[in-house]
Amino acid sequence: MTPLGFETLATLLHRGSGLSIGPDKLYLLETRLAPILRAHALPDLDALAIRLRGAAPELERAVVEAMTTNESSFFRDDKPFAHVRTQALPRLHATRPPGARLRIWSAAASTGQEAYSLAIIVAENRALLGTREVEIVGTDIAREPLARAREGLFTQFEVQRGLPMQMLVRYFRKDGGNWRIAEAIRDMVSFREWNLLGDLRPLGTFDLIFCRNVLIYFDTPTKARALEAMARQLAPDGLLYLGGAETVLGVSDRFASLAGDRAVYGLTPPTAAPQAAVPQMRPLAAVR
Amino acid sequence: MTVDRTQVVLVVDDSRVVRKVARRILEARGFTVEEAEDGSRALEACRRAMPGSVLLDWNMPVMNGLDFLKALREEFGPGNPPVLFCTTENDIDRIEQAIVHGAQEFIMKPFDEEILLGKFEQVGLL
Ligand SMILES: C[S@@+](CC[C@H](N)C(=O)[O-])C[C@H]1O[C@@H](n2cnc3c(N)ncnc32)[C@H](O)[C@@H]1O
Repeated sequence: MTPLGFETLATLLHRGSGLSIGPDKLYLLETRLAPILRAHALPDLDALAIRLRGAAPELERAVVEAMTTNESSFFRDDKPFAHVRTQALPRLHATRPPGARLRIWSAAASTGQEAYSLAIIVAENRALLGTREVEIVGTDIAREPLARAREGLFTQFEVQRGLPMQMLVRYFRKDGGNWRIAEAIRDMVSFREWNLLGDLRPLGTFDLIFCRNVLIYFDTPTKARALEAMARQLAPDGLLYLGGAETVLGVSDRFASLAGDRAVYGLTPPTAAPQAAVPQMRPLAAVR
Repeated sequence: MTVDRTQVVLVVDDSRVVRKVARRILEARGFTVEEAEDGSRALEACRRAMPGSVLLDWNMPVMNGLDFLKALREEFGPGNPPVLFCTTENDIDRIEQAIVHGAQEFIMKPFDEEILLGKFEQVGLL
């Protein structure tokens, strides 16, 4: 591929989804964009790049979507979900006025396992929450995974990754060779197409934000921008959950990690030093 | 050489191929694998020396997985060792039955390395 062609694609991806792709990832472009080349009868990536230099918004979004990694699983890494169950939900419920709705955001929802895991936690804690409403919003830039998320149908392989069998029995039913999420769980979650790098304000304010395993694909300035924007959508006492390989350290000073946990963050008060942040939080108890 | 019994997985399956596959996956992660080809031999093995966990097939001649599980829990009490039940017939009824009789997790066949190790992790064995 010519340097100019590569540049065209890399720029488009960076602008479209924040994806930062170096020349060492040429093979990724080749494998993931092959179906698009075929569908548009284009001989190679250079031809695609040329096509993209004209106005081709649908093709652009197809390229951006094809380059996303949509890997996910239920209760992925377990720890953040355990934190929601044992710390965040009980505290939010205790401190919020009765009747106030809690809002949870799965900001890179992909095929929906993260949002549904959160909905299952809420369902499991109904006794604690009483009649309090909990709204879960799942957003992603990619349409195809979102359509699967809405459908709520998972393969045998997918329901065996991270999902305890008690949860499988309680919240899924067999549908052919696949497993369908219970309607009660599906109805707790709404999925919307949304770019994390776009205007997030219409989504409103959230008490908990799960933004896991997406910042890893961004370069530092883009990570900083996304974190800054999410900080504005987070309630003052809300929490942000990042993926195992992600951190705000050296990227943004809007968040400070809760004592003892690299994956859970609270907002830093505008004036206080980061280490003094969110003193009301107790450290994460040993979970698992 | 003494074996750390908590690291022993008893693989109970009448298929030699399945036992071999499970052995390969588990040994690569540092487990010691013992094998039994039906429930009754598995129970004898547990009486001789208790394994740290059991990977248990459902359909077997002589004594099937569920009967083994019931006998094991009756004789040695609930909870220990953890049992990971696996079967090809994965309807909800089966899974519920396995839960009721004290299995810790359920694996649907055919399983691969990721699923098997993921389930071992889920029950705290990895
Ligand atoms: C690896 S998945 C993470 C799924 C889930 N959060 C988890 O941790 O299992 C990453 C998702 O981020 C989405 N994504 C990438 N860039 C995005 C952007 N700029 N805005 C919204 N979603 C984006 C991808 O489409 C993909 O579905």
